Amino acid sequence: MGIAIGQPAPSLELATERPPADGRVRVGLRYLAHNRQLTLGIVLLGLLIVFVILGNLLYDVGRHRPLSVLPGRPPSAEFPLGTDSQGRDILAVMIAGTPLTLRMGILAGFLGVAIGTVLAFAGAYYGGLLDSLVRGVVDVGLTIPTFLVLIIVAITIHSAMTIEQMALVIAALAWLWPTRTIRAQVLTMRERAYVHVARLSGAGNLKIIFFELMPNLVPYLAASLVAAVAAAILASLGLEALGLGAVDSPTIGMTIYWVIFYGALLQGMWWWFLPPIVVVVMLFTGLFSLSAGLDEWANPRMRKSV
Amino acid sequence: MRLNYLVQRLILFVVVVWVAATINFVLPRLSGGNAIRTQLTQQAATGGYVQSNIDAMVAEYDKVFGLDKPLWEQYAIYLWNIGHFEFGFSMANYPMRVSTLMVNALPWTLALLGLSTAIAFSVGIFLGGLLAWPKTPRFIVNVLLPPFLTLSAVPYYMLGLVLLWVLAFQTHWLPIFGAYTPGVIPDWSDLEFWKDVGIHMILPALSIVLSAVGFWALGMRAMMVTVQHDDFVQFAEAKGLKGRTVFFRYAGRNALLPQVTALGLTIGHILSGALLVEIVFSYPGIGNVLYRSIKAYDYFAIEGIVFGVIVSITLATLILDLIYPKIDPRITYVRS
Repeated sequence: MGIAIGQPAPSLELATERPPADGRVRVGLRYLAHNRQLTLGIVLLGLLIVFVILGNLLYDVGRHRPLSVLPGRPPSAEFPLGTDSQGRDILAVMIAGTPLTLRMGILAGFLGVAIGTVLAFAGAYYGGLLDSLVRGVVDVGLTIPTFLVLIIVAITIHSAMTIEQMALVIAALAWLWPTRTIRAQVLTMRERAYVHVARLSGAGNLKIIFFELMPNLVPYLAASLVAAVAAAILASLGLEALGLGAVDSPTIGMTIYWVIFYGALLQGMWWWFLPPIVVVVMLFTGLFSLSAGLDEWANPRMRKSV
Repeated sequence: MRLNYLVQRLILFVVVVWVAATINFVLPRLSGGNAIRTQLTQQAATGGYVQSNIDAMVAEYDKVFGLDKPLWEQYAIYLWNIGHFEFGFSMANYPMRVSTLMVNALPWTLALLGLSTAIAFSVGIFLGGLLAWPKTPRFIVNVLLPPFLTLSAVPYYMLGLVLLWVLAFQTHWLPIFGAYTPGVIPDWSDLEFWKDVGIHMILPALSIVLSAVGFWALGMRAMMVTVQHDDFVQFAEAKGLKGRTVFFRYAGRNALLPQVTALGLTIGHILSGALLVEIVFSYPGIGNVLYRSIKAYDYFAIEGIVFGVIVSITLATLILDLIYPKIDPRITYVRS
């Protein structure tokens, strides 16, 4: 958990030249060549998605269920990543679990950013009592470590959750950080010249929000979304490692829980805990790079680096 | 004006603690479940004793714990109890009090977390500065950056699993679990015991440090790059000061400030991560107690621990905020 969620990782590369406008695809490709963070993120996440799709096509994913294969086998031709103590095929677990974990994160992250966007616009654009309320709740909420509150929420529900319920639990607090950062963006945008021009030409509030502010915020919202998804996945992994989550699902976090529960390490079953860790590293490196890359795209003047 | 800030900050602290306490009170009651009934049913299921009297037992326990009183009265009693850190008994370790459980575990967590965060922060800041220093050889940057990026993307406890496997299970260099050799009676006057504790702390601390160092280094590097082009740095250069002086005393000191703010903001994340590390290493701190309480459905212990941890983190943030003027002379909370 070394990454502060929502703070975009510092970008590595500096894109200098403006690409000549010859064909959209070529411009896009040339931009990717400059924005290496974005490229790295897309490649890593793409690899994971290809792995899941190919796995579903070529492999017997049904073997992710307990007792479906011989337990405790090291990697072999039959089980490329071995099997765990409860008779799950680890490769099948990874193929089935990666999309589940992603779905949980995307659902929670999307809800968080959606709620955050609405609250941020309502607060920052209309101001007044509503804004004070939103700001107060966010200030207090962000001081309380979310993970611990999530533990209480999950304990309260306790019975085995579905992936969707788990996503809802995490989304319950996932909107705090997006609300704060998007609100700050709206506050600066509200006073830009083009918004004043739109208002002077008689555009209504909703029209200004949806046709003037939103389009300019899209790259920023995308970066926030990716950061929120990463935060949600991190939270889900932590909760599941404690045994609070979708206990019946073969997610990455539950795999870690079983690894700890059965002491896979003391039995030397490296094939049980290395695959989920590799997936997690690819997932987070991919998401952080994507977020930093989108951030650079959203805010070229903020490009930080050497 | 500045004093206002101090008062505001204290009020925020009280509000946060009150909100956390209220969440702790309201949420479990929202679900309509009864912690005592769950616990008794759980015990009946595992212990196999007759279940016919559970209703009577629940009623009796409700009376003992005051759960038959009206909600507002319960809330008032609850706030009063929590006000002086009285969390009641642990259901799984009766007659041990939750506060005893926490007091026993707290020193381990504090030592592990404090030590590893201090090391990670200072090493990370130093390396981050080095990465941004123009005189640093390119190859050092190229060697350091990729591992930093990767390691900071791994949750502490997963890194812990890998380290445990490589450094303890495969090579037997370091102990596999616990805070001291099992069977040894803790004797703090014995130097050997200190050594034992130290050796046991290496792995859990290393998994936090390795993962966190990258985060601090990357943050510091980004800040250094920004600050380097600020006017006061160029002025210092123009004055003919030595490159090293300009870099560390002018740019470094100013780039450090946002890192301290970040430390305050992320302390909750760091702690949540450290709690999970304790579970991986069976380290006898708060995280491990929490894990065992969750497994044993010990609601009172879980609520007590979560509340205690929230208060400690809020307190740490508050303290960090108040010592901030010491680091940044531009900020004063007291009128001069």
